[in-house]
Amino acid sequence: MADIDAGAAKGPQRPRPISPHLQIYKPMLTMVMSILHRVTGAALYFGMLVIAWWLIAAASGPNAYANVEWFIGSLIGRVVLFGFTWALIHHALGGVRHLIWDTLRGFEPADREFLTLASLIGSIALTFIIWAVGYLAMGGPR
Amino acid sequence: MVELTLPKNSKITEGKTWPRTSHATHVTEFKVYRWNPDDGQNPRVDTYNVDRADCGPMVLDALIWIKNNVDPTLTFRRSCREGVCGSCAMNIDGTNTLACTKAIDDNKAPVKIYPLPHQPVVKDLVPDLKNFYAQYSSIEPWLHTTTATPEKEWKQSHEDRAKLDGMYECILCACCSTSCPSYWWNSDRYLGPAALLQANRWVQDSRDEATGERLDNLEDPFRLYRCHTIMNCSKACPKGLNPAKEIATLKKALVDRQL
Repeated sequence: MADIDAGAAKGPQRPRPISPHLQIYKPMLTMVMSILHRVTGAALYFGMLVIAWWLIAAASGPNAYANVEWFIGSLIGRVVLFGFTWALIHHALGGVRHLIWDTLRGFEPADREFLTLASLIGSIALTFIIWAVGYLAMGGPR
Repeated sequence: MVELTLPKNSKITEGKTWPRTSHATHVTEFKVYRWNPDDGQNPRVDTYNVDRADCGPMVLDALIWIKNNVDPTLTFRRSCREGVCGSCAMNIDGTNTLACTKAIDDNKAPVKIYPLPHQPVVKDLVPDLKNFYAQYSSIEPWLHTTTATPEKEWKQSHEDRAKLDGMYECILCACCSTSCPSYWWNSDRYLGPAALLQANRWVQDSRDEATGERLDNLEDPFRLYRCHTIMNCSKACPKGLNPAKEIATLKKALVDRQL
C-alpha cells in the first residue's frame, strides 16, 4: 500500500525560514519614536551614573569635584550632557504622550501623528532652550 | 526575544531576473520573495517585469499575471479578490496589506513583495499562521452565557450593537499582528493586535456574560501589556480598523474595574 503521508516518506522537513521583518518594514514615525523611547530610556541609566558621580564628588571634597568639573567642561563632557538632556526630555515627553493615549485620546490617524511629531520637535526645542538658559545664567560659555 | 537579524537559513540571497515578455511596452518591475522547501536553498528575491497592458490594476493581478505568464511555481494565497477574505495579506512596499486592494501604482517601483513579517515561511509568500490562529482561539471568540438560553435570539439594542463597530469588521488577515515589533519578538507570549481586538469585541458585547473572566485572562505582563502603542497595527489594517485603540480600551477596562 502506498504511504498515505507523503511528507513522512521524504524524511524530516527542512526547518522553515523566518520571513524578514525589521529589515524590510517601512520605518513609521510612531515605530521609530517607540524605538527612540526605548533607547533614550536605556541612555538615562548612564546619565544617572553621571549625576551620581557628580553628587558623590560634591560630597567628597574639592579634588573630586574638580575632576567632575574638568570632565563636564570638556567637549566630550558637554556632548554627553547635551545628549543626556535631550534623552531626559524626549523620554519625559514620550511618557506624557503615552499618558494621553492611556486615556483613549489621540488614536485617530492625524492625532497620533501630531502627538508623535510634537513630542519629537518639543524635545529638541526644549533641550536647546534649557541649554540657552543655562549658558545665559552662566554668562556665556566657559 | 529581540532578534535584529535573520537566522542563517533565513538570510535572503540574490535571486534571478526573469526575462521580459516580448511586445510589452508599459512594464512595472516586481521584486518578489521566493523560498522553495524542496531545493535546499536559502530564500531569494526574484525580479519580474509585468506587462501592464495585459494586467489588472492591483498587486494581486500582477502576482496572478506572473504565475500565469512567467513562473507557474510562484506560490501565494488568494481567494475573494475584494478585501473580504484576508487570504492575500503580505508585505508590499514595506507595509502589510492585502494584495487585492492595493493598487500597483500606489507603490514605489520596483514593487517589493515579501511574506507577512517574522513568520515561518511555508513557501514563497505563504506564511505559517498556526500560532496566530491558536492565539485567536485562546480568547474564546464565541458568546459565553450563564443565564438560561432565551426561546428566540439573544437580544441586543441598537446602541449596544453599535459598540461593536470597528471590531466586527476584522477579517483576521494578520496584517496588524505581523506588523508589530512587539509581536515579532514575543509572539510566543504576546497575543498581538488581531487577537486583542477580537478579545475586546467580546468584552464589549452586551450579550456576553463572561466579561470578568475575559479580562482576568488578559491581565498579564505579556498577553496584553506587551503592547507599547507602537501603532504599526493601526497603520497597516487594510480594513481601516484601529487595533491600537481597542487594546488601549482593554487596558483602560482593567484599570477601571479596580476603581
